Parts: sequence; structure tokens; C-alpha cells
Amino acid sequence: MRPFEYVAPKRLREAYAILAQADGRTVRPLAGGTDLIDQLRVGRKRADLVMDVKHIPELMRLEWGPRKGLYIGAGVPCYRVYKDPVVAQHYPAIRDGAMLVGSWQIQHRASLGGNICNAAPSADTVPPLLVYEAIAHIGGPRGEREVPLERFFTGPGQTVLAPDEILLGVRVPPPPPRSSSHYLRFIPREEMDIAVAGVASLVALDSRGVVARARIALSAVAPTPVRARDAEAVLEGQRPTPALLVEAGEKAVLATNPITDVRGSIAYRKELVKVLTRRTLSKALADLGITLE
Amino acid sequence: MTTTTPFRYIGKPIPKADALERVTGTARFGADLKLPGMLHGKVLRSPHPHAYIRRIDASRALALEGVKAVVTAQDLPPLEDARAAFGGELMIDLDHLRRLTIAHEKALFEGHAVAAVAATSPEIAEAALELIQVDYEVLPVVENALDAMKPDAPLLHPNLYTRTLGEKPSKPSNIATIVEVGFGDLEKAWAAADVVVEQSFETQMVHQGYLEPQACVAWVDADGRIHVWTTTQGTFNAQRMLSALLKVPLHMLNVIPAEVGGAFGGKIYVILEPLAILLSRKAGRPVKMVMDRAEVFRATGPASPAYITVKAGAKRDGTLTGLYAKIVMDAGAFPGAPVQGATWCIFAPYKAPAMKVEAYDVVTNKPRVQAYRAPGATAAAFASESTLDMLAERLGLDPLEFRLRNAAQEGDQNVTGQTYGRIGVKAILEAIRKHPHWNTPLQGKNRGRGLAMGAWMGAILTSSSQVVVNVDGTVQIVTGQVDITGTRTSMLQMVADMLQLPLDHISIRVGDTNCTPYTDLSAGSRTTFTQSAALARACQSVIAQMKAQAADALSKPDRRLTPEDIEYADGKFWVKSDPEQVLPWRQVAGLTRTRGTGPIVGTGTVTRLQPANEFSAQLCDVEVDPETGKVKILRFTAFQDAGRVINPIQVEGQMQGGAVQGIGWGLFEYYAWDKGKLRNPTLLDYREPTALDLPMIDTCIVEVPAPDGPLGVRGVGEPPIVPGPAALANAIYRAVGVRLTKLPMTPETVFWAIQEKKQAEHLQAVAGDGA
Repeated sequence: MRPFEYVAPKRLREAYAILAQADGRTVRPLAGGTDLIDQLRVGRKRADLVMDVKHIPELMRLEWGPRKGLYIGAGVPCYRVYKDPVVAQHYPAIRDGAMLVGSWQIQHRASLGGNICNAAPSADTVPPLLVYEAIAHIGGPRGEREVPLERFFTGPGQTVLAPDEILLGVRVPPPPPRSSSHYLRFIPREEMDIAVAGVASLVALDSRGVVARARIALSAVAPTPVRARDAEAVLEGQRPTPALLVEAGEKAVLATNPITDVRGSIAYRKELVKVLTRRTLSKALADLGITLE
Repeated sequence: MTTTTPFRYIGKPIPKADALERVTGTARFGADLKLPGMLHGKVLRSPHPHAYIRRIDASRALALEGVKAVVTAQDLPPLEDARAAFGGELMIDLDHLRRLTIAHEKALFEGHAVAAVAATSPEIAEAALELIQVDYEVLPVVENALDAMKPDAPLLHPNLYTRTLGEKPSKPSNIATIVEVGFGDLEKAWAAADVVVEQSFETQMVHQGYLEPQACVAWVDADGRIHVWTTTQGTFNAQRMLSALLKVPLHMLNVIPAEVGGAFGGKIYVILEPLAILLSRKAGRPVKMVMDRAEVFRATGPASPAYITVKAGAKRDGTLTGLYAKIVMDAGAFPGAPVQGATWCIFAPYKAPAMKVEAYDVVTNKPRVQAYRAPGATAAAFASESTLDMLAERLGLDPLEFRLRNAAQEGDQNVTGQTYGRIGVKAILEAIRKHPHWNTPLQGKNRGRGLAMGAWMGAILTSSSQVVVNVDGTVQIVTGQVDITGTRTSMLQMVADMLQLPLDHISIRVGDTNCTPYTDLSAGSRTTFTQSAALARACQSVIAQMKAQAADALSKPDRRLTPEDIEYADGKFWVKSDPEQVLPWRQVAGLTRTRGTGPIVGTGTVTRLQPANEFSAQLCDVEVDPETGKVKILRFTAFQDAGRVINPIQVEGQMQGGAVQGIGWGLFEYYAWDKGKLRNPTLLDYREPTALDLPMIDTCIVEVPAPDGPLGVRGVGEPPIVPGPAALANAIYRAVGVRLTKLPMTPETVFWAIQEKKQAEHLQAVAGDGA
């Protein structure tokens, strides 16, 4: 590993100053470091300066309000998210995703913000945030801005962040009434693995039991995490039936653009999307008292 | 050796002698040693699987501050005796060992060492590697053994001629050896059979997956004496290889064993050590070398991939009439695939009037394979035990009864011609028949139960140890026998019972090659088996010497006693004819200090014991998710004949550890290749099962004493890896009706097999409707 400098600012202002004075040097923000350190070690990324963001209070906030929704600071580790009773109650898919990152040890270091900024197509915490239409909160010496998370990713490992910007956190709107959500990923092992395919589904029902809102997002089947809008459209306005879920699964495949690699083939990934879409939907519906399988 | 008292320690679950230091992190492994002035070595490896090396220019690397030495193949002394062979389990000749250690005119696999650098820090050494310029001329890649055997395949070695029983071929080939063994008339066998099944199978290259990467420190001192601290399965084996590679006599070469953090056959050859010695000699300072995980995957010796076709015939009542196999094994870049292990094991649990095996040892542009726990046997059993299950099904017979009907026993013949002594095949199958797992019906959709057997011939070689009595009566075992499985503990237990002394009076030290008597490597499930005999001899010698001391001390002026007049038991010597005249062990030991008749040292050596053939079986229940192809193991029981158990927790540990590796072969692990380049050299994408992927592994030990050795011990390390993949394949077949013939049985392969079956059934139904 090449040597690098390390700083740990205690205030956002200091962090912005460091970014402003980078002067051509590569500054890499570090939260849990579970991706970054390994990437530096194997030479996949380089850094002149590693900036630890865990001491900046704004980035360690995990807050909830019934009107404002949820705010997850970019440095908040996975375990704080999935152990939070509010998250479990209002955003089950977000809890599911945070519980799947790495191992227990890794979950105590790795942050959702890091998982987002690493921008892997397979990021397990991202599809659950997408089904809640989360917004990325970005800051830097030139000011702050907000970008819908769906538009945050521009390719594998690529985001809209400028070199002098960091992710501060994600805002997650309040969940729709009478809704539930789940995220499932498929891996050959039971843990410590990268999704071959992952699906998050959110369903909200109206008073008649008709689907008022459906949101489906996929991981590891396209260059970035994606929403499956055709599948959502199939569900909305309909009363859920087993056949409808199967159809939604088939439509979800339209949003995929997978590759064949050592983890799985294109055809297999598409088959998995069908199965996982159906299974996440039926799990979410079961939470709402509708048993289809 | 017979003892007058029942065993106090043998057969008891004594905690491991080194347990505390392992769990507290104080055990010293290969990478833990630091010496003053030590340099760090790194290896430049070929990025090409097959290429001529036209030129190596290291001048820029040598100019980098902190770089102290660079070595290439030029630095090895010239080859004298190319026919000298080494290796223990998988042999390699000296010429090939040299070329494997460091590429000469050709790089033969991705990761083949091309040069090595020593520098003042690992970072500088790594930076120096980037400054070495190598001109390669890239050659076409031979990806697998079947391609390698084609007549127009590119040749790896211009001077490799196929060895067969027939005459020497006129042209070189990638086929290093063809072995044919067997007996009986197979044509008659097929004619006499009511059902004949023939099926082809394929297994992949897999890695032993030891936690500790290869690591060593070498120091060539001012007198030219070489000291090597290394993580190895055999210090003397390493010493002999280094002596031959570097042309250094044995007394100038001391190999000091570090604790071994997993080996499973993969730490038999020297690999970093010769490079570290050459670097140390050039730099005049100690040199440490440690591999990273990608190097471990690319450049050490994984297990051989295999293509195996099995043909088996039986009468309607289930009696086998004949067994045939063609085994093609991929050795990687140099000859030496485990065809012998595969051949011995493939039909070992069974008898038949006619058997034949044809086996091919083939070279390809992959890392040269090494032993991996029962080398050759796991792939062989996957093929034979799957085929036998298919045959039992075709005959409508219960898989257990079918195996029992054909079980080999004492006097029956292995395909290699060996006549079995006492073996435990029937005892294992009977144990299964009585076991609750076998007798609990498996219910539920997509669930199935699979059974398979496994075998290992059991290695022998030469073993020795010394038993030394201290003047306070305590005892030390001094041995060069490296402990990779807990053998220090089993050796302590055996010596305590053989000397009839308390266990806490005895200690054991695994010493270096300069301070211990020659002993062969710890491999092939041979250590406890052969050491039981070596230690028995050493202890007999110690007791005889102690009796002589006691006789001398108990003699009176009127009556000289001889050792024959003395009895010994439980730490006391007494005069046979006068039991009142007693000397305790401790006092006799104390006499040796001043009498000039000590110290008491018993050396025990054995070689060429009769083999203690080892058998195992595994039973597993699985549930398959037909929508994803994922296999979940619901229940798993490992059965094994241990001959005589020295330490039951260690035997169970071997059975469970072996079963885990078998599950890894069966469901998860493989080298993913892209034209000779490895796509998954990480523990993320080379998937070993995690704790969550594994069931509780129940064990059932039977004890059928081995025909040779003082205690009836059989080796236990190897057989538990062997049956797993076949047991899983048989279980998956019964769960979802698909017969998988290729390892590993990943979710994706199971999924597509199920889809194919559905499609075939659909077509059949459509055709049926039409008719």
C-alpha cells in the first residue's frame, strides 16, 4: 500500500477547508473504511490524503420525525441503522439492507454513506433507499445541494460528487400510510458475499386493499442500482394476486441490463430478479395482512 | 507394546497441547519471526499463463534506494541429477522443481515466479518489482487437460515424453504418464451384468484454503550456514529439496519449523524458501518473504481438476460384475497429478470380479498442483459414488444395501492389485444402518438424502522420534515430526501410556533438522499411525535402559542383577523375585546424572509398515430451492473407521474439518479461468463455505484395528473430505431429480439443471398429448 496522509476533522467547516485546499491532491473521505482501505491496499484507488469523517457530528446523525422522515448521516454505521427501532418499524427494507452488508464486524464500521459513495451496482443498502425515494445531501466548500439518490449514480463506482464534495447524509421521506417493504438479495453463501441480484420492494395499500403505491429497485443487475418502473406500474391500481406478483417479476426484468461475470450469468440474474421481486412483494404484503404464497 | 494396565490417556479427549497458545495468539507462525537487519523479499510473477522470457533487466530496480538484491533463475546452481525426485505425496523431479521455483526460459502459468527482490521494507520491494523489465513473447495457452491431450495442442515442455508401460513415444506430449491397472475380464463383466451404467464427470481446480499464507525467513550466515524458518509439513523434506536445488550439504542447512496455520497437503514443497536463501546470500542479511492471498491462489499448489468416466455393471440382485474408470487429471504446469491416489481410491470400498482404471497425468498452463487432503480421491469418489448411486437406482435397490452387498473386506483386492488386510468398510456401513440419521425418514418437498463412501490408502514412509528421560524423571519427546493436526497431543498421550507415567510429566518439542533425527513429512494421514510404532520402539528402548539402571542400583555385593531380573509398571521398578526391593522411576532417572551411563535416550524408527487403509462414509440431507437452485444442508453425519482412537475430540475435529472441505468442493469452490488467467484470486469470489453455510456435522466413529502398528491406529485426516461431493450430488438427485456431474454444484448450475429437466418433461408431455 502506498503511504498517505490522514486527517480527522471535528467540524464540517474544517472538512470543507481541507477539500478546498486539496490543490490537485486526491482526498478520499473515510467512514468505516471497509471498502476504501482494501481498495487502497490492492491499488484499485489511490489517495494522497484520507479524511476521516466520523468525528464530524453532522455526519453521525440518525434522526427521525413523522413529518420530516429519516435522516441518516453519511458516517452512521450499519448496525446503528438496523438496530434503530424507528427504522425497523417504518422502513423494513432499509433495515434488511443494512443487515446484509459484510459481516457483524464490518457492520460496526461500514456506513450507509460509504456503501452509497462506493457506488457498486451491488450495494445492498441502496435499493431500499430508492424505494423510499431517498435524497442525497451533498456538501462542499462551494455550498450544499440535494440530488435524488436515483440520480446520484452515474456508473459502476461513479457518482455525481465533484472532487471537492462529500456526501453528508441521505434524507428519506416518511413512509406512505399502510405500507411495508423488504429487500432480498441472492448470494451463493449465507453471508460475506456480493449480491448476484438484489430486489427491494415497497407496497402501500389504500383502504380498499388496492395497491396505492409500488416501488421496486434492483441491485447488481445494471451498471447502477435501478428502479423497475414497469413492474411498479403493473401493480399500482390493482388488487394483489399471485399472478400479479409473477407479472411484476417479469416486468422487473425489463429494467435490468446485467453482465455475465464470475458471480452469475445474465440469464441467471434475470431469473433471480423475477423470483426476488415476487418474494419481496409477497413478504411486504404479508406484513400488511395479505398472504399470497 | 503390551501394557499391564488399561490405558489412562489413550482414547481420552485430552485438550490440545498447543490450544492455549493458539487461542491467545501467542503461537508463532511463519510470518511472526523478526531478525535484526532483516530484509523483505517480494516476487515478480508472470502476468502471462504461457510465454517465453526473452530478457530480464533489473538495473532500475537495483538502483532504487533500499533495494539490496535481485535474483532470477540465473542464480540457481546448474542442474546435475535431473532424475532426483521429491515431494512425499505428489512427486516432482529436480529439473521441474527448479523450473517451478523460478521460471527459466518460459513462464508456464499466470503467477509463475520470474524474479525476486529483497529490500529494506516490503513497500520498497514491491515498488522495485515494478521497475524490473521483462520481455515476454506470449504463447498460446493450454487451458485444460482435454485440450492439452489433443495432437495439435501447444506443448508446454519440449522434452516431455509420455511414460507408459509400452515403448517410448517418438514425439513429446503434454501427457506425462498413462497408468493402467486392473484385473479380470471387463467384456465378460458387461455381458454378465443386467444393468450397466456409464457416466462422465468433471471437477475443478480448488485450493486447500489454509488460513496462513506461505511465509519464511532465510538467513545465510557469515560461515555460509543456511538457517530457514518456515511453515512446512516436513522439515527434512524441505531440507532435502533445498539441498538439491542449491547444492548445499545437509549439515549446512537447518530448517526450523514454525507453527503451521493450515496446510492440507499444500505446504510440502519449498516455494519461497529457495528464493529467500538466494536473496539472503546476495544481500548478506536475513530475508523474510510472505505471500499475499492472491499469490497463494495463483502461485501455490492447488488441487488437480479431473475428468473421470466411470462404467459399472451389476446383476439384478445388486452384485457388481465389473468396474471401469478413465481418469484424466490436470497437473498444472509440471507433471505430478495425483493419479495414483485417484486410482487406488476410486473403487476401493468395493469388490468386483473385474476392475480396471486408466489414468492420465497431463500438463496445462495452470499452477502446478499439490496434494490436497486425500489427493485424487475426492474427485474419484465424486465419479464412482455418483455412478454407483445411479446403478442402485436403476436396479431399484437401496443405496446402503447395494453398497453392503459389494463391500470389500480382508482378502479382497484393490484395483491396483493390493490385497486388503483388515479394513472397516462393512463396519462403517453397518454403523450407518443402525444410526438414527439413516433411520429417521426425511419428509418435505425438494428434500433428499444422499450417501457416499470414501477411501484413502494411508501413507507410510519413515518416521522417528526420540524419548529422552530427564534427571528428575520427567520425559521429553524430541521429534522433527511437524504437528499440523494435533499430533503433539496424541504423541504425548501414547508416550504417557507406553511409559505408564502421568501425562503432565511429559512434554514434546518439534525441533529443527539439525537437532532431531530424520523423519518424513506430516502428510497422507501417516503421522499418528507411524509415530505410534516409532514411539513404541523408543519407549521400549527407554524402559530397557531404565531397567539396566535399576538392576545396577538394586544389585547387592552377593547378587548382581540383570535387566531381566527387573519388573516395571506405573512408575516403579522392582526385583521380580523380591517385590519389596523397589525403586521409583524418578530415582532411577536421577542415577544417570553421575554414573556416566546416561542420559537415557530412546530412538524409535519405523519404515514400511503394512498400510492402514482408511475408509469413511457420509450421509447428508439437503433441501433445494428450485427457484434459485440453492442447496441447503439440513443434516450431515460423517462416519469413519479410525482403527483405534487416540483422542476422540481430535478425530471428530478431523472428520468435521474434512467434511467442511468436502462441502466446499461440492457446492462452492472453484478456480474461475479466463484463458489461463484466474478471475477469482480472492476469498470473496473464491467461495469457501462460512459457518452459516454449514450444518452441525455429527460424527460416528467405528474402530476396526489396523493390521499393523502396536495400537491398531489408522490415520484419520484424509478420508473425511472424500465422500462429501458425491453424497451431496446423490442427495440433490433425490431432492429434485437432477443428476449433477460437474463440480461445484453452485446454485446457478443446479438451477439450469432443474430448468432443463422441466423443459424435457414439458416436451415429453406435449409429445404425449399429441400421441
